[in-house]
Amino acid sequence: MTEKTQETHQDAEVHVVKPPIYLAIFLTLLALTALTTGISFIDLGVFNAVIALAIACFKASLVVLFFMHLHYSSRLLKLTVAAGIFTFLLLISLTMTDYISRAWGMF
Amino acid sequence: MDSQSIATTPEELDRSVLPHAHEHPAFLRHHFEDVGQQREAASFGMWVFLLTEVMFFGGLFCAYLIFRNWYHPAFVAGSNTLDIALGTTNTAVLICSSFTMAMAVYSAEIRRRGQLILFLVLTILLGSVFLGIKAVEYHQKYVEHHIPGPSFSIQDFVHPTNPKAIPLAPDMAEKTQLYFFLYFAMTGMHALHMIIGIALLFIMVARASKGAYTEGHVIPVENFGLYWHFVDIVWIFLFPLLYLISRYR
Repeated sequence: MTEKTQETHQDAEVHVVKPPIYLAIFLTLLALTALTTGISFIDLGVFNAVIALAIACFKASLVVLFFMHLHYSSRLLKLTVAAGIFTFLLLISLTMTDYISRAWGMF
Repeated sequence: MDSQSIATTPEELDRSVLPHAHEHPAFLRHHFEDVGQQREAASFGMWVFLLTEVMFFGGLFCAYLIFRNWYHPAFVAGSNTLDIALGTTNTAVLICSSFTMAMAVYSAEIRRRGQLILFLVLTILLGSVFLGIKAVEYHQKYVEHHIPGPSFSIQDFVHPTNPKAIPLAPDMAEKTQLYFFLYFAMTGMHALHMIIGIALLFIMVARASKGAYTEGHVIPVENFGLYWHFVDIVWIFLFPLLYLISRYR
């Protein structure tokens, strides 16, 4: 970046992500899309859902870390995102404890 | 330090009123110490907003998870009426648009105005292609009477034409309406986010052509990029949940 941003405090140092990284992530995402679609036609029982969601989580992590620059961001931002995702998972699991522990569901 | 402390002595008061002694770019707001701090604060604010969006879409995902387990046969039958070719194409189109948006952020950072406008326009085009394909899919649902409401028909689920499909009892077939309700709610909210994004992109192209983002002020492009990639992530989860995990073998 410019000399202006160079002299800022190191916590907010700006890292310019280069196009080869974007291109590599882009091609990986396309390959994983093809992979997840292909796997969906193979019968794996409950593992169809597990694998599809695992691939989706991996793709989302790539987008967050590299397209959204979280890998290069400050610890404050990393911790904020982690806290948000943790809260989201907490809300989902607490909701599910209620549904799983009652007789009127199909679980 | 000076900008954060309160002026107490006359000299300090005097200095705070005077124009800044040091040079700073026009886009630097006065309540920030420097460009880096302003950028960090802007990113932080954007991420907090995106986390509220995670909670918003998360509620829909949670509803989908619960109802899919309750009415599993209906959700499998509903999911198999979706066009997997169109869904996969749309996923690829959206990933392409995320790539062009990432390149737009890069172009703003290296201060190339023409390249920035090119990538923003490409993002608009790819976003529009996504919405076009989505419109084709919605039209298919309309023709098949699979839009929840008075015109909804359970005929395709009680007497399926697909030999692999298991015919559903009428009461379970009624529950496919719940699948399609969630399908339209989730893809509809996602499409609304895309429409808002494309509208913002048009404004950004107009401002970028005047050189607003290529003089060091990349925060608007960067934060819009975060929004656009978030919308991409929502689709990355919607695609397997709605299209893939319930295929007939």
